[in-house]
Amino acid sequence: MTVNIAFDQIQIGDELPAWSRKTDFMNWNRYAAVNDEFVYIHMDDEVGKAALNEQGAFGMGNLRYTYMLNALRDWAGDEAIIKECGLQFRAINQKNDILTVTGKITDKQSQDGELLIFLEMNVINQAGEGTTPGHAIVAIPE
Amino acid sequence: MSDSEIPTLVTQDMEDLRGVWGEERVAYPISISDIRKWAIASYWPEKPPRIFWDEEYAITTKWNGIIAPTDFNPFAWPIERPPQAPGPPRAEGGNREPGTRGMNGGQVETFGVVMRPGDVITSKNRLKGWNERETRLGLTLFSETEIEWCNQNNEHVKTRISTSIRY
Repeated sequence: MTVNIAFDQIQIGDELPAWSRKTDFMNWNRYAAVNDEFVYIHMDDEVGKAALNEQGAFGMGNLRYTYMLNALRDWAGDEAIIKECGLQFRAINQKNDILTVTGKITDKQSQDGELLIFLEMNVINQAGEGTTPGHAIVAIPE
Repeated sequence: MSDSEIPTLVTQDMEDLRGVWGEERVAYPISISDIRKWAIASYWPEKPPRIFWDEEYAITTKWNGIIAPTDFNPFAWPIERPPQAPGPPRAEGGNREPGTRGMNGGQVETFGVVMRPGDVITSKNRLKGWNERETRLGLTLFSETEIEWCNQNNEHVKTRISTSIRY
């Protein structure tokens, strides 16, 4: 999957293939381990409840950001360049949530020799609620 | 103390450090094994893309070798822990005191060159600014921190503007 998409074939309004993960401690603990991100609210149900999340421990926002980047990489291919990505954390990632990264192309431009794709992004849960509205800019090979 | 009794959540150290770049930090050299582990963890339970772990494949791409995932953090696992960003004291566990409660508001990152095995990344950060206003949470402080990374060739790797929320 070196190059997955062609600039000419991309249309404004196109959507990324859905990219999903069911999240629980198996995902959170692995991510905490590599990112050295050991925070009690992500590890301990009692602390999560004390932080007013009735369901206990909850997932780290950084992991949802990672999922967004992973979805972009899987869509655009290994030789694409992610130029920019941003999001806002609006809702909690509860244990056993099925998170799906969504993306919609809002623009495409040729700028300074680069073929740029502009996207509106989000990570939605199984209830269809957007948890992290965001955006991305990806440069794809000619 | 109730929310209405707190005139501001902005502290003197925030005022003093606004816009001032902090001391640079230098990460350990990026190892191919750390890249592989990062990719496995972040794609779990699916197999991560070969560009992050298969040298034979990666050398056939325009990168001419393995690259790190875009969000790879070479500053994980330092011996010396960096100081926390300036601001009001953080809440621990069930502390519900106004001004000590917080959350990660989000971030925007702009990326330059990719990170590769052997790269040594240098980071610096500063408190970029803040915005304080009444919200449904009470008096709420939105602080922006700017972080810049460059590699051993002084090439820009990324800039992150992150927003932390205190209320």
